[in-house]
Amino acid sequence: MSGRIERRFAALADEGRAGLVTFTMMGDPDIETSFAILEGLAEAGADIIEIGSPFTDPMADGPVIQRAGQRALKAGITLGKTLELVRRFRERDDATPLVLMGYYNPIYIYGVKRFLEDALAVGLDGMIVVDLPPEEDDELCRPALDAGLSFVRLAAPTTDDARLPAVLTNTSGFVYYISITGITGAAGAAAAATQAAVERLRRHTQLPIAVGFGIKTPAQAAEIARVADAAVVGSALIAEIEEGLDADGGATPACRDNALALVRALGKGVRGARQEATS
Amino acid sequence: MSARGANRPGPDADGHFGIYGGRYVAETLMPLILDLEKAYEGARDDPDFAEEFDYWLAHYVGRPSPLYRADRLSRHLGGARIYFKRDELNHTGAHKINNCIGQILLARRMGKTRIIAETGAGQHGVATATVCALFGLPCTVYMGETDIARQQPNVFRMKLLGAEVVPVDSGSRTLKDAMNEALRDWVTNVETTFYLIGTVAGPHPYPAMVRDFQSVIGRETREQIMAAEGRLPDTLVACVGGGSNAIGLFHPFLDDDSVGMVGVEAAGHGVDSGKHAASLTAGKPGVLHGNRTYLLQDEHGQITEAHSISAGLDYPGIGPEHAWLKDSGRVSYVAITDEQALDAFHLCSRLEGIIPALEPAHALAHVVELAPGLAQDHVLVMNMCGRGDKDIFTVADTVGASL
Repeated sequence: MSGRIERRFAALADEGRAGLVTFTMMGDPDIETSFAILEGLAEAGADIIEIGSPFTDPMADGPVIQRAGQRALKAGITLGKTLELVRRFRERDDATPLVLMGYYNPIYIYGVKRFLEDALAVGLDGMIVVDLPPEEDDELCRPALDAGLSFVRLAAPTTDDARLPAVLTNTSGFVYYISITGITGAAGAAAAATQAAVERLRRHTQLPIAVGFGIKTPAQAAEIARVADAAVVGSALIAEIEEGLDADGGATPACRDNALALVRALGKGVRGARQEATS
Repeated sequence: MSARGANRPGPDADGHFGIYGGRYVAETLMPLILDLEKAYEGARDDPDFAEEFDYWLAHYVGRPSPLYRADRLSRHLGGARIYFKRDELNHTGAHKINNCIGQILLARRMGKTRIIAETGAGQHGVATATVCALFGLPCTVYMGETDIARQQPNVFRMKLLGAEVVPVDSGSRTLKDAMNEALRDWVTNVETTFYLIGTVAGPHPYPAMVRDFQSVIGRETREQIMAAEGRLPDTLVACVGGGSNAIGLFHPFLDDDSVGMVGVEAAGHGVDSGKHAASLTAGKPGVLHGNRTYLLQDEHGQITEAHSISAGLDYPGIGPEHAWLKDSGRVSYVAITDEQALDAFHLCSRLEGIIPALEPAHALAHVVELAPGLAQDHVLVMNMCGRGDKDIFTVADTVGASL
C-alpha cells in the first residue's frame, strides 16, 4: 500500500480541516493541457486528485463530464496513456494521492492483472470504478486490494443501513458519498441531508468520508467541509476548462487558468470552513 | 416460468450465465436492482401473477399468435417446410408487448408510479407507451435522434398514447445512447421509477426476466408445431439485436437436442466493412449496460458504433445468455447484410402478403439462404417478430420512392 491517501487524511486531521478532492478528465481538452492542469492542481489547493479515465458510455455522468470524455477520446487518450501521465506527475510530486476514476470495460480490456501492475509501477494510489458494486468484487476490487491499491467505494442515498456493511467491506482509502440520487453535475443536496448522511456513514466506518456530486461553488464546498472529511468537485472544474476552449474546441491558456483559479477559490473555501463555523 | 436443464443453467444467484451477465451498475441503482430481483422472484412463483399475465396476453395482446405454414415461400425456395410464428400480429405489431405486459404488472406490484424505457426501432417504446396508457402510468421513452428520424410513425404513435419521447443526441444517437440516458434518468429517480427494459440485456434480473416473459413465444410454438406436424421442429431461426424475440422462441427448446437454432445478427454494410451490428460474429466480451457480453469495441475497450438499416438491431451488444449459448455451441449465430434483408423484405411482401419488419427480414434472409439446401420434410420455424409498417419510409428511401 502506497499509504499516500492515509497519510494525506491524517495530515488533514492534524490541521483540523477537510480536504479538497478535484476531478478532471485526462485528455480533456487534449493530453498535454490535461497534464498541465493536473500538475497545477496540488499547488492550487487540491489535497487529493481524481483523474478521470474516459469511457464512450458513461451511464452515471451528466452532460458536462460526458462532453469531457468525448473530447478526451477524440484527443486520443487511452488507459495506457493515462498511466503514463501518472508516471510523469510522480516525477515531481510524490505526496499527493492520485485516484483513477472511470468505468470497468477499459480496465477489463487492458487486463486487470496488467493494469494493477502498471498502476502500482507508475504510482497510482487507488481507483473508483463506477460500475463495480460489491456484488462484482471478484473482478477488480479484491485483486486491487491484494496488489496494495485502494479501492474507493461509492455509497449513495439509496444504500441503506442493511446494505452499508457490504459496501464498506473491502473499501479502502476513503468512502465517496454521492450526496444525491442522480448523475454528476446535477443540483446538489441540502446541507442538512448531507450532514445526516455523513453521520449515518460514520456509525459504520472509521474511514474518511468524501462527499461529491453537485458541489460547484466555494461556499458549497465549505458547507460540505464542515460536515465531511473532504469535498469533491468535478463538473464545475470541467465547465471552467470548457469555458476556456476556442471557437474550434481547441485548448487555450484559459483552460488551465480558469480551472486552477476555481481550485484556488474552492481550496480557500474548504480551508476556511471550520474556522468560520467556530468563530 | 422456465424450467432448467443442461442448456438452461442460468443465471446463477449473481445473475451470471457462465462468465456473462452480472450486475455492473452504479451503487445508487444496486439496491433497486436487488428489490426488483426479489419482486420478480416473488411474482414468478405466484400463480396469481401468472394468471394475470396470461389474461392480458390472451385478451389484450391477442395471444396465442398463429403458427403459419408459409407454403408459397417454401415452394419458392424449394427446400424446407417453413413456418412463421406470427408475433407481428400481436397488438402493437411486434413481440415487444409480451415483455411489457409482464413488467408493467410487476411495476404495479412494486408500487412504482412512473415508467421509463429506451427504444431503438420504436416497437418497444410503442409497447411500453401502450401498457402505460392501459394502466394509467406516466411514461417517458428515450430514443436516439437518428432513430427518431427513421422511425417517425412510431414516434407519433408513442405521443398519441400519451408518452413523452425524449430525443437523445449523445454518441451514435441510437439504441445504446438511449439506454445510457434511460439509466441516467433511473439513477436520478430511483424511488418512484420503474425502468422497463425492452430486451434480454441490462443487469440481472433483466436478462432472465425478459426471457421468461418472452418464452411464451416458444411455449406456444412447441404446442402448435406438435399439433401441426406431430413432432418438434428441426430448425428455429430468429433475428438478434438485444435478442429477446430469439431467446423467447429458443428457450423452451434448448434441452431438445434435435432442434437446431440460428440467431441472425445484422451485418449492415458487411461484417468486414466495420459498419455492422454483429457483436457475436465480430465482437468480443466486455462490460456495458450492466452486464458482461459480446460487444463491438476497439482495442482500448471503447464501445464502437453499430450500424444496421434496422433500428431494432442497431446495438453494439447482445443479451448475455446469447453470449453463453454462442460459446457453448448450442445456438449458431450468423450475420445478414442490409441488402440481403431488404431483398427478403420484398420477397416476403410479394410472396406471402406479409410485410415484415426489417428486423425479422434479417431472419428471413437467412432462411432464404438455408432452406433450398434442406430436405422437403425439414421443419423450419422462423419468428416473424414484427410487422413492417414502421419501416416503409426507410424502404421507400432505398428504392427512391417518396411518400
